[in-house]
Amino acid sequence: MWKRRRSAEDFAEEIRSHLALEADRLLEEGASEEEAQRMARVQFGSVPAARERFYLRNRLEWLDNFARDLKFAGRQMVKNPGYAVTAVFVLALGIGASTAIFAFVDAALLKPLPYKNPYRLMSVNEGSPSSARWPLSYPDFIDWRRLNHSFTAIDVYSSKGYLLRTRSGQEPVRAQEVSGSFFQTLGVQPILGRDFLPDEDRLGGPNVAVLSYGTWLHRFGARRDIVGQTVELSDNAYTVIGVLPRSFVFAPAGNTEFWVPINSLTKHETSRTFYNFWGVGRLRDGVTVQMALEEMTAIAKQLHQEYGIDGLGMGASVVPLSEVIVGDVRPILLTLMGAATLLLLIASVNVASLVLVRSESRRRELAVRGALGATRARLIQQFVAEGLLLTGFAGAAGLLVAGGLMRLLARLVPKDMASNMPFLEGVGLNAHTTILLVAVAGMTALLVTATPALRLASRDMRENLKDGDRGFSSRLWARLGANLVIVELAVAFVLLAGAGLLGQSLYRMLHEPLGFEPDHLATLSVSAPDTYKGEQQIAGLYREVAERLSSLPGVQSVGMTNMLPVQCNCPIDRIHFAGRPYHGEHNDVVERRVSPGYLSTLNAALMRGRYFQDSDDISRPGAAVINEALARKYFPAQDPIGQRIENDEGGRPSVWEIVGVVRDIREGPLDVEIAPTEYFPLQQAPDHSFNLAVRTRQDAGSMLSDLIKTLRQINPDLGISDEATMNDEIDGTQAALLHRFAAWLVSGFAMIALVLGVVGLYGVIAYSVNQRTREIGVRMALGAQRSSIYGLVLRQAGFLTAVGLTIGLICSVATSMLIRNLLFGVYPWDTLTLTGVAALLAVASLAASFLPARRAASVNPTDALRAE
Amino acid sequence: MPTKEPNADRIALLQGTLDLLILKTLLLGPCHGQGIARSIQRQSEEVFFVDHGSLYLSLQRLEDRKWITAKWGVSQNNRKARFYTLTAKGRDQLTAKTTEWRKLARAMELIVGGHPGPDSQEA
Repeated sequence: MWKRRRSAEDFAEEIRSHLALEADRLLEEGASEEEAQRMARVQFGSVPAARERFYLRNRLEWLDNFARDLKFAGRQMVKNPGYAVTAVFVLALGIGASTAIFAFVDAALLKPLPYKNPYRLMSVNEGSPSSARWPLSYPDFIDWRRLNHSFTAIDVYSSKGYLLRTRSGQEPVRAQEVSGSFFQTLGVQPILGRDFLPDEDRLGGPNVAVLSYGTWLHRFGARRDIVGQTVELSDNAYTVIGVLPRSFVFAPAGNTEFWVPINSLTKHETSRTFYNFWGVGRLRDGVTVQMALEEMTAIAKQLHQEYGIDGLGMGASVVPLSEVIVGDVRPILLTLMGAATLLLLIASVNVASLVLVRSESRRRELAVRGALGATRARLIQQFVAEGLLLTGFAGAAGLLVAGGLMRLLARLVPKDMASNMPFLEGVGLNAHTTILLVAVAGMTALLVTATPALRLASRDMRENLKDGDRGFSSRLWARLGANLVIVELAVAFVLLAGAGLLGQSLYRMLHEPLGFEPDHLATLSVSAPDTYKGEQQIAGLYREVAERLSSLPGVQSVGMTNMLPVQCNCPIDRIHFAGRPYHGEHNDVVERRVSPGYLSTLNAALMRGRYFQDSDDISRPGAAVINEALARKYFPAQDPIGQRIENDEGGRPSVWEIVGVVRDIREGPLDVEIAPTEYFPLQQAPDHSFNLAVRTRQDAGSMLSDLIKTLRQINPDLGISDEATMNDEIDGTQAALLHRFAAWLVSGFAMIALVLGVVGLYGVIAYSVNQRTREIGVRMALGAQRSSIYGLVLRQAGFLTAVGLTIGLICSVATSMLIRNLLFGVYPWDTLTLTGVAALLAVASLAASFLPARRAASVNPTDALRAE
Repeated sequence: MPTKEPNADRIALLQGTLDLLILKTLLLGPCHGQGIARSIQRQSEEVFFVDHGSLYLSLQRLEDRKWITAKWGVSQNNRKARFYTLTAKGRDQLTAKTTEWRKLARAMELIVGGHPGPDSQEA
């Protein structure tokens, strides 16, 4: 219901009549006409004030003003596009970068895993102080499950490779053998079909398989009738019983395609000392991680005692599953988050000082508005409106930056690795990230408006009406602006130092001695079908492969191994030595099975003895080559050649005579120390799956297709996968990738910070020179040399730079200590990096202040004095 | 000087009491703004000082609430003036507000004047 408003004109009329009536009354009382009118006015008070109050009645005065302020701010931006675009761009960069990084942090560290009540899920395994997590043996798993009271359920999973029969032949696929209630324990239900039945995981149970969503989609065209059909895995028929939901991922299993119940065990797997199954359990309500750990440790000890296993110090490990999944990336993500925050800080500070300079040049405008009756609150409101408009645009642009950056970063992660990081799926603009973006933009708005507003609140505005004043306010600004520049320089220092350290770490890591030559080395994985029966047939395949590939033009030599280098310090073998007392010590060493030609193909350096020969086959006693680390650790004052290593080969005690010592080859990840390693002849324990290392004369990548073609000629049913060059393989390892990721991103942030910091310094110095033009003119008129003017300006800049760099140096040592876990081969206080960064910033700052200094020195005294 | 300047003897009106005074004044008959202001000042023996800006704002508010109505007319000395009249709703409000005021005044009196002590000596 809208009533016609009474017009302001009508109200004014009423006031006029009031004044007339009052004047009449005063006339009656005997005043002169003039006096009466004056008195009436005086008595009434301020007429405009009354009219304004009438106008504002029922109106949200604030909103009204605000709309006007916004409009004004918009006009200001249009009038000054350079300023507006710069400010919006800088802020958008800061906001966008921090939001994008946060999206990763959110997805990886804050969002729960896609299971029911994921925080109650634990990784339950054996463990000891020396190896934190160690898989379970199958008999242990059965007993742990039976004896414990801490978990509602314990299940195990174990990685398996199969050959999937497809129309074009056999293809290696990744599968996971799991105990029957595995999905139930995670709280995951198939979207199609059913879960395993209770009796399907007993030994001799039916061959059934559950598909991952991706497998269903890509291999079976998402056909709903897939349930009930059979697939052929390594020549066995498996009935598909279900399909897992799209959201389901189980990071430790990577890109597993098929999930099958454990319904048969190899001879090894029935052994209590064959550790091949990873456990996952759901904590009972009210049980803490600590309580569960204590109980499981007690059970482990009891079993070791009962079965006479020399598991000295071996206990249990109970850690949250989420820890296992995101543990590796947490420090890197937190570092990136820190870097992004610093970038945001420097961007905000930069824009704040931009706004400050602008408000300085609008001093007179503000003073006039103040003199015309604008209250301080109204003037501040104007700044708030401008700040909000600025950050509003910046936030919108930041949204675009964040979206682009997220896509870019997600694409930088290779597919193989992404499958181990299921949380990457959750990266994007969602409620969390949007809230963060708005919050960040809000805080930025606060900073950007608070700076000029604070200044406004703290000074006498009338002073500014005076033209060309060089009073208190200018000095105050100079100090505030200078402080901001110091902050910027310090932050830039911290980021640059961080980037330098991470970059060096990456370089050192990639240049770690490998113990072999990675150039001209092609690698691929082969998996032979079960038609090769018995050790003789497989050994025959090895020989055939080696011969056929070696005879290819361009191939120098061929080697085979159960696992390629720079992958993993695994599998672990526990050994003891013939002729020495053994009390179950943890003599854990890395074990590799290699063909006779393998070590020479890698160009590994033989230190003593010999490599394997074709004659070291199944008919001969076990032979072993050890690396120097093993020799140093276990034969410190003894020639290892001729000594014998004893171990347990799946329940069968075995003896291996050491025939050679090889220089350390990096079998594990780049950022992990080289472990004692033993090499056994592949022919003495042949396996259907093996990896090829082929030394080529030309570029290794160009040979891959020829190698595959030849393998297919040998047998079209061979499963071939992971073809790559050794260099690509190394670059693609998690350690290299994560460090590269961190180094590149922090470097990017640091470069932006450098530019912003230097631009900020330039702004302050240039402004100061501008303000001091007249002073400089006077100095020159009184005989100051140009060089002394240079000195004047550069001294100021030098002082700011020195203070900024000193603070930055202290802060960066402190922050580098925080990221020391990510550093590899460099100290957080690495002098080279710190001096380099200091020099870089000093030179950049000098350059930035040289321009204004030159302007100052070229001031014409007469012009300067005449100006204003 | 025919009219006294505002001086220390005058006190500003209590918040919210201006409405009551206007309604009370209008009970005697329609009146214009200047008349209302004069009347309040006179009846309070020149103690209350009416801020004219507030008065007109108050009048406007009462009019918006339909407690009073207004129309332009001609004053005794032939001036155009806006005359305000009390409505039935306004009368009810006057009764309610008067009761409210009496309660308040009594309570104030109880506290300020009800407990004779050393302070009660003051003039």
